Amino acid sequence: MGDLNQAMIEKYRTNFLKEVEANVEEGEWVKMCMQCGVCSGSCPLGKFWDHPPQELFMMIRAGKRDEVLSSDSMWMCTSCYNCVVRCPRELPITHIMHGLAHYAKRLGLVPESQPTAAFAQMFWDNLMQKGRVNELKLGLKLYFMNGFGDGIKVALKHQKIGMGMLKTGRMSPMEAFGGHAVKDLKGFQSMIKKAQELEDQRIAEHGA
Amino acid sequence: MAAEKKLAGYICTGCGIGERLNVEQMRTIATREGKLGACKTHPMLCGAEGVQMIRDDIAAGEATHVMIGACSRRSKMEAFSFPDAAMSRANLREGVLWLRPDTEEQKETTQEMADDYIRMACAEVRFMTVPSASGEQELNKTLLVVGGGVTGMTAALEAARAGYPVHLVAEENHLGGVWTDLYKRVPFRAAAADVVGSKDIDLPQPEDPGVDALAERIRANERITVHLNARITRTSGAPGRFSADISTESGGTVTENVGAIVQASDFKPYDASNLPEFAYGKSPDVVTNFELERLAKDANGGPIRRPSDGKEVTSVAFIQCAGQRSDKPGHLPYCSGFCCTESIKQAMYFREQNGADATVLFDDLRTPGAAGEDFYRSGQQAQVTFSKGKASEVVSENGTLKVHFKDLILNEDTAMDCDLVVLATGQVPNTGPDPYAQLAVEEAETEEEKDAARRKLENAPPSILNLDYRQGTDLPQLKHGFVDSHFICFPYETRRTGIYAAGPCRRPMDMKQAMEDAVGAALKAIQSAENAGRGAAVHPRVGDLSYPQFRKEGCTQCKRCTVECPFGAINEDEQRYPLFNESRCRRCGTCMGACPVRVISFENYSIDTVGQQIKNVDMPDEFSEKPRILALACENDAYPALDMAAQAAQMGDGIELTPFARVIPVRCLGSVSLSWITDALNTGYDGIVLMGCRRDDDYQCHFVRGSAMAAERLSKVGDTLQQMQLETERVAVYEVAITDIQRAPQLINDMAATIEKVGMNPFKM
Repeated sequence: MGDLNQAMIEKYRTNFLKEVEANVEEGEWVKMCMQCGVCSGSCPLGKFWDHPPQELFMMIRAGKRDEVLSSDSMWMCTSCYNCVVRCPRELPITHIMHGLAHYAKRLGLVPESQPTAAFAQMFWDNLMQKGRVNELKLGLKLYFMNGFGDGIKVALKHQKIGMGMLKTGRMSPMEAFGGHAVKDLKGFQSMIKKAQELEDQRIAEHGA
Repeated sequence: MAAEKKLAGYICTGCGIGERLNVEQMRTIATREGKLGACKTHPMLCGAEGVQMIRDDIAAGEATHVMIGACSRRSKMEAFSFPDAAMSRANLREGVLWLRPDTEEQKETTQEMADDYIRMACAEVRFMTVPSASGEQELNKTLLVVGGGVTGMTAALEAARAGYPVHLVAEENHLGGVWTDLYKRVPFRAAAADVVGSKDIDLPQPEDPGVDALAERIRANERITVHLNARITRTSGAPGRFSADISTESGGTVTENVGAIVQASDFKPYDASNLPEFAYGKSPDVVTNFELERLAKDANGGPIRRPSDGKEVTSVAFIQCAGQRSDKPGHLPYCSGFCCTESIKQAMYFREQNGADATVLFDDLRTPGAAGEDFYRSGQQAQVTFSKGKASEVVSENGTLKVHFKDLILNEDTAMDCDLVVLATGQVPNTGPDPYAQLAVEEAETEEEKDAARRKLENAPPSILNLDYRQGTDLPQLKHGFVDSHFICFPYETRRTGIYAAGPCRRPMDMKQAMEDAVGAALKAIQSAENAGRGAAVHPRVGDLSYPQFRKEGCTQCKRCTVECPFGAINEDEQRYPLFNESRCRRCGTCMGACPVRVISFENYSIDTVGQQIKNVDMPDEFSEKPRILALACENDAYPALDMAAQAAQMGDGIELTPFARVIPVRCLGSVSLSWITDALNTGYDGIVLMGCRRDDDYQCHFVRGSAMAAERLSKVGDTLQQMQLETERVAVYEVAITDIQRAPQLINDMAATIEKVGMNPFKM
């Protein structure tokens, strides 16, 4: 995807705001931000963000493409919608955050080992295999994300919940071996394929 | 006074007066002590029947001087309006009843208060005469509008529309003034409300400036005479009979007689050569917001080209507050209030006509006016980039400009390249020399101040009105060269009666506001001309026929009245006696307060009308434990505040006034004669409270300087007290606003507490 990134840089050159408007979901709203800072003040996780939404919007206008797209900030959004409710200009800030994250992912600019991004990828890969989420596999993979030792520790910590779920039939250990699929797995996969084609086409027309 | 004085009193027994006070006793006091010929009572004096009773007595010649004991003089003004009689009013309802608790043990002191107010009102009316116009008045409906800009044109059109002929004088050879080059103007209207779907549909866009259309309407209007290339070389007279010499560049002079004048001299664009840091003058591609309009007009809808090489502009930066809101020498310390919307508009030119990147570097973006915030959104929608940043330097290198600025959101020093830089420069008032500049040099206390005042005097701009008043050629100024005018309470009033300031010469503003201002000033000018025709005062004592008269034989030619009159109403005659211009006079009485020999008086307001009120109270002896506190309250703010306190008390607010207070309204604290203070102390008053309006830069004094003059004079009252071996705490001067409802009575109550501490006045008679 590095090519796409290069193509975008060349296409929009000076105007990152235009690039965001054309490529990011709800990106056309960014120009309407009036920099009041209510979003940043409202964000419950704001203090953990490198750049709160107001600042991201300012950086977009200032043409700070690399800093914005490779930022960790928009990945921190938990979709609480506090900012959307409070924005006096009624910007869909939450959606713009996800839009930015999505666009950064498309361009291959996500910071390495960004946990939200890593989990999203894990979830997607898991889903694609059988057309449904295999909770046991997803859970285990998540436990062992940071190595074997750490995984054992987390697993032991959650032992009680796991046993309870087994007992009540909420989770089958058999799922660890392949696991069951949706009824029409082929159909599901071709549906996803078609969606991907449509998306690529859209990007070819508007984006790159 | 040829006719015999017939004094008659009328006491109302309504509104609880009859129930709580001994009316019979007050009647006796009015006739015996007050020396009234008769005193009637009525259960509802302000009703049709009661008013008719008074009218009949006046008509029958039974009453030439009327004392009314009822509510405050500020209540029922329409009912108790008898133009053929002199009138005083004892404030029994607000002044006594409502501010006093209705209890048995308070009954005695409350009654004493009411009795005194009757005594005072009787004394006051005895020393009044019926006000009548001087007979010098003339009605001249023609107005003079000075300034051919949008403000002046609007004022002229509005006056003409109301039926008043206008002389419009423009310095330039065309109409339009500073806005002549305007390509488009900031929209006058907000977005339509409640647009379904989105707030951002149908936002206001830059619109036709309308300057040419305005000029066309002026030319087509037969009531308006336009004088181009012309200046006013002399203005003399007074409202109703101004005479103005209008001289054209070619040397011709015509003299026109007018009733009132509107000064709409607008502003001069700030001189950007004071801004070398932004490369103004070094690079032709750094222009001011005013110069940009010319470039946009030349482009006429096509791409705007930069001046240096005619290249189409692809990126432009706007530097807001250029040379403004800054204390640096040569900069304007104030905000000009129009440049933010102006820059948004101009940035939109570039977005639309050039497709260029347009960045507005602002510190505080403010968008006053109807379109305001909507217009800002309009700019955002057009993808104008708004960066909160402070520009420090513009560098020209190899055909591009580099703007260095501090990004205030991202907190970093950064720079941007562009083809053109627009400096959002401000408005410098186009006014004449400060008439008090010479006085400022004389009065300066330090050498530094003296130097500054002298520099101002030497660099004074040419006069605009050339008034032949004793107090200088032009309208007095408040700050930064803007014409003095109270921006909220009485915006068009200046300190020269009959001359009204409109538009940016009184404070910086945009075109829409200037046009609204012009309408207001035109209407005030019409009112002034009409009132002058009747010999009546204008704001704030609208319709007052009394005017200052003086006893020539007593005058010592000290000139204090001519110097201190805030309105320049008093000239000097050949023998150097004061020459009062009653139609320039606002009836504040500042001259009366200034006069050390007490020779100035009004028919219904004089040293005696107040002095006799002070004397005619029943003064209990030193051992009675009943002190007397005199409160002189300005009728514009302090007295209404006390009335409103009474209304609040009536509604159960718990406000009380000490029963030892005797409140006398004065026209302005500036009219207070020091003789009243010494007389009061000699008579035995234990404390004196003086309440005037807020003074100095944020003044609320309706006569602008009256309150300040009073403060200056009263600053020396402490010496008088010491000479009399009295405690200086016995006299207190306060600034009271009309909203000080709790505070105004409290200040008087505080004095009562002070008297308890320092003891009674030993000079009781």
